[in-house]
Amino acid sequence: MFGFFKKKETDKAEAQPEQEVKQGLWEKLKGGLSKSTTQLSDGITGIFTKKKLDDETLDALEELLIKADMGVATAQKLTAQLRKTRFGKDITDHEIREALADEITAVLNPVASVLDFESAKPFVLLMVGVNGVGKTTTMGKMAKQLTQANKKVLMVAADTFRAAAVSQLEVWAERANCELLTGAENADPASLAYKALEQAKANGTDVVMIDTAGRLQNKAGLMAELQKIIRVMQKMDESAPHATLLVLDATTGQNAHAQVDVFKSLTAVSGLVLTKLDGSARGGVLVALADVFKLPVVAIGIGEGIDDLRPFAADAFAKALCGVE
Amino acid sequence: MFESLGNKLTGIFDRLRGRGALTESDVDAACREIRIALLEADVALAVAKDFIAKVRERAVGQEVIASVTPGQQVVKIVHDVLVETLGASATPLSLAHNPPVPVLMVGLQGSGKTTSSGKLAKRLKEVERKKVMLASLDTRRPAAQEQLAILAKLADVGSLPIIAGEAPTAIAQRAIEVAAREGYDVIILDTAGRTAIDEELMAEVKAVREIAKPAETLLVVDAMTGQDALNVAEKFHAAVSITGIIMTRLDGDARGGAALSMRAVTGQPIKFFGSGEKLDAFEVYHPDRIAGRILDMGDVVSLVEKAAAEIDMASAEKMAAKMQKGQFDFDDLADQLRQIRKMGGFSGIMGMMPGVSKIKNAMNEAKIDERVIKRQEAIIGSMTKEERQNPDLLNASRKRRIAKGSGTDVAMINQLVKQYLQMRDMMKQMKRMGNKNFMRSMNAGGLENLLGKR
Repeated sequence: MFGFFKKKETDKAEAQPEQEVKQGLWEKLKGGLSKSTTQLSDGITGIFTKKKLDDETLDALEELLIKADMGVATAQKLTAQLRKTRFGKDITDHEIREALADEITAVLNPVASVLDFESAKPFVLLMVGVNGVGKTTTMGKMAKQLTQANKKVLMVAADTFRAAAVSQLEVWAERANCELLTGAENADPASLAYKALEQAKANGTDVVMIDTAGRLQNKAGLMAELQKIIRVMQKMDESAPHATLLVLDATTGQNAHAQVDVFKSLTAVSGLVLTKLDGSARGGVLVALADVFKLPVVAIGIGEGIDDLRPFAADAFAKALCGVE
Repeated sequence: MFESLGNKLTGIFDRLRGRGALTESDVDAACREIRIALLEADVALAVAKDFIAKVRERAVGQEVIASVTPGQQVVKIVHDVLVETLGASATPLSLAHNPPVPVLMVGLQGSGKTTSSGKLAKRLKEVERKKVMLASLDTRRPAAQEQLAILAKLADVGSLPIIAGEAPTAIAQRAIEVAAREGYDVIILDTAGRTAIDEELMAEVKAVREIAKPAETLLVVDAMTGQDALNVAEKFHAAVSITGIIMTRLDGDARGGAALSMRAVTGQPIKFFGSGEKLDAFEVYHPDRIAGRILDMGDVVSLVEKAAAEIDMASAEKMAAKMQKGQFDFDDLADQLRQIRKMGGFSGIMGMMPGVSKIKNAMNEAKIDERVIKRQEAIIGSMTKEERQNPDLLNASRKRRIAKGSGTDVAMINQLVKQYLQMRDMMKQMKRMGNKNFMRSMNAGGLENLLGKR
């Protein structure tokens, strides 16, 4: 579906499927997060069977948030809010979940965003992130959704380091029915990206998606390589890349802060994708990230299927996290 | 690795160290800090709580309050509890099994199973002299099987020919048959990544386990894993009874608290860790040393082992003989520089030295360049044979010539000469003190001096 990126106002015909996507997302998120949600919400149910909101309860609540990877600071901030508004009042399980979900939604709403692929042609998208977060898979799914929407897509296998990374992308290119540009093993990814832009301009390509090798943010040399890719592309197109997406794994804990911090400062990350939300990890760190970095979240991954890359909906995410029915 | 946690705890204890005696409220304050440090390091909440309860129980009491250096005492208690939680010593792979010994690799998507399989194969081949075959049961991720085949080639081990469309259980069956027929010692089965709550895929890996009857079932975990580590460990352990853990990406800056959580919840040891993208960046996990590292006590044992492996014994003996005579010239310094570089450069060594994580941080902040060593080698390389053997010859005009030859400047040469003179002084001291004391003063200040003068 055309779901995770910006729709033109005129696409009324697709409004219906969009609704379905949303419905599906809701179910899927609930399903995917079920285990964790059950834990979190069971915990809440355990704490709040209609009683006064006291220190002990708030401490327990803070711990539940920490268990969702929100981090100590964010957990304290969220419970402090509840303390301010509800302390000493009788409160039910449902009320506390809703209040919490509302708070989280308020933090996440400003960052819920979509990509506007119409804003440039070719629209150049760079995928970055640490190893194993799901960059290639995310890109494959995105390419397929774009070609289904009749966009002309060029995928670029700029991960010239990992064994078989190119073959993995070949499979996705076939699935998405789009062009793929590959280089030799250990070829310079920057020159490949340059070539891709050249080719895209010549062929009237709508979207160029560049898959980069995974790299840990503390490896200065590899980060410099990424900066070089951007620099070299800008020789061809000053405005490129039009989006640099940092892919984050929902399983990741507090190191996500360091990832966002470093990738953002070195590669001007313009948006986040949170993957693997179909596992038992809650991705609560996203709440803290939204609070600190305020980077747009443009998509989430909730499964291995092509349609499991979805737009990020703040309220659905917050509700699923808090187990609000 | 673990640096951030190490720093945090060091910070806490620096405050305690300043005190003459330790009150209960000091311990409370320290415990609160330890709790936050552990949680920020992604130690699972339940494990962190348990940990702190143990520390507090031992800290609040006679032994600390009566102790002369209470801060140190708490450090020791935290260290002891860390060691207890992580396990006291390294646990080797148990390969006592009729060959081919099946090793099953399991874990979440993207945790690094395939790369770890390749690294483990290379290690078993090179260190344990085993004939190893790799087989990929990952029929889900595109090109996963090809990736493992390429890694097998790089590691120079066998790999099971890929048959398109074959189910994982069938591949496992075939892998064991082929490995037995072709006389392999170990068959490593790499499985597809799966979430801990995917019942269908968990059933599949259980079925594979029934067929393969692995001697080792290793759970591969990313060091960046958050609170979910607890869940993942529990679920996988319940499904396939893991026998050990491999932690990947410990070369990143994640605090690696998941190690503590996983160990605590499964009771199974962490056996190896991945420390880089290359196939040989794979090391035996020594829990006791890691605990020391968390507390900034250094990893001297690792350093010694690494040094033993990397230092050319013959040249070391030659140098020792020269040192004994109190002779030490630029050729020897060049030798030392080369060896430092082999051992992973200054930062590699500093990470293993006790009490120097602060210096290492300062180094990182000052962006001290490892290339400095190379440059110093270039300087020495630009000297004549006479100059190398008799540094007193170096006058201003010779220095200018050397600067030109090595593409550096006179200031750098002066610095190197100063460094050399300090080392020569130390050698002389050593002659007076005897070897043992010298090593101590080397450890205490040798490398730091080298760096401090930078």
